[in-house]
Amino acid sequence: MEEKFLELFKETLDIEDRELKMSDRFRDYEEWDSIANLSVVAMIDVEYEVIIENSVFKELQTLQELWDSIQSKK
Amino acid sequence: MQHLFSLEGKKILITGASGGIGESVALTSGLQGAELTISARNQERLNEVLKDLLTDSVRHTTIPCDLSSAADLDALVESLEPLDGVVLNAGAVKLAPIAFINDATVDELFEINVQSSIRLMQRLIRKKKIKKGASLVFISSISTQKATIGNAVYNATKGAVNAFVKSLALELAAKQIRVNAIMPGFVPTGILKTSGISKEELDAHQKNYPLGRYGKPEDVAYLCVYLLSDQASWMTGALLNLDGGFSLK
Repeated sequence: MEEKFLELFKETLDIEDRELKMSDRFRDYEEWDSIANLSVVAMIDVEYEVIIENSVFKELQTLQELWDSIQSKK
Repeated sequence: MQHLFSLEGKKILITGASGGIGESVALTSGLQGAELTISARNQERLNEVLKDLLTDSVRHTTIPCDLSSAADLDALVESLEPLDGVVLNAGAVKLAPIAFINDATVDELFEINVQSSIRLMQRLIRKKKIKKGASLVFISSISTQKATIGNAVYNATKGAVNAFVKSLALELAAKQIRVNAIMPGFVPTGILKTSGISKEELDAHQKNYPLGRYGKPEDVAYLCVYLLSDQASWMTGALLNLDGGFSLK
């Protein structure tokens, strides 16, 4: 499950040159910008049918936190 | 002195009237003397708007209606007296890059923003519920003129609305029925709460508006009142920018 999530996150940000870890702080990625932000929220909506409110999303720092947030809403 | 832009005695239907721009259009039109039928899916919220609207002299009505339901549309049209104006404000938005829009969302946006308006107009006109000299106002979006990221499907629906407005305006001109669209810039109404855009980003984006601010629901309501009034009797088929100068840059 988590591998699939990491793969989806990579795809969404068009990251091809490295593997991601759940402990990564995704906001520090050089690919991270407002379009990436928009894309990740939409990807989670489409793939997991989970809508994360902006006020919640902006507090999330690591991929693990994001994943936990998705799980808590499923 | 004669009051300009009076809606005294005019019967006007407003869709999506339970909040945001639609609510503001209702309250402002009410102040100008219109007799309103306000519609939306949520009866409770319509009642709240009605409470703010009611005065001793004028009678307004609420009709709960899911515009995507043919049966609801038929019932709505059946219950109406002939109208002097309609404001088609009901709409939906979903901010997402094209790769992450699913088929259901595409269908939903076109259903609410385009098809339901077309079906409503078809019924109103077929059933002779639009009076000679009436004014029809569609709430479109400036995003049809100036693209923004994550809005491709929404923009496509509003582009369809603009095209419909022009054709309808031509078709109905012989009856002196006027059809126009307002294309507002961003009017914060809580509609983007789950978009992935933070408050900080929204605040920063406001700097792209030459007049220095986003729109308010009243900004749209005031133009609506003008379009509904007899003073706008020479305006039809117009797609009106109302965007604090956003599209100039």
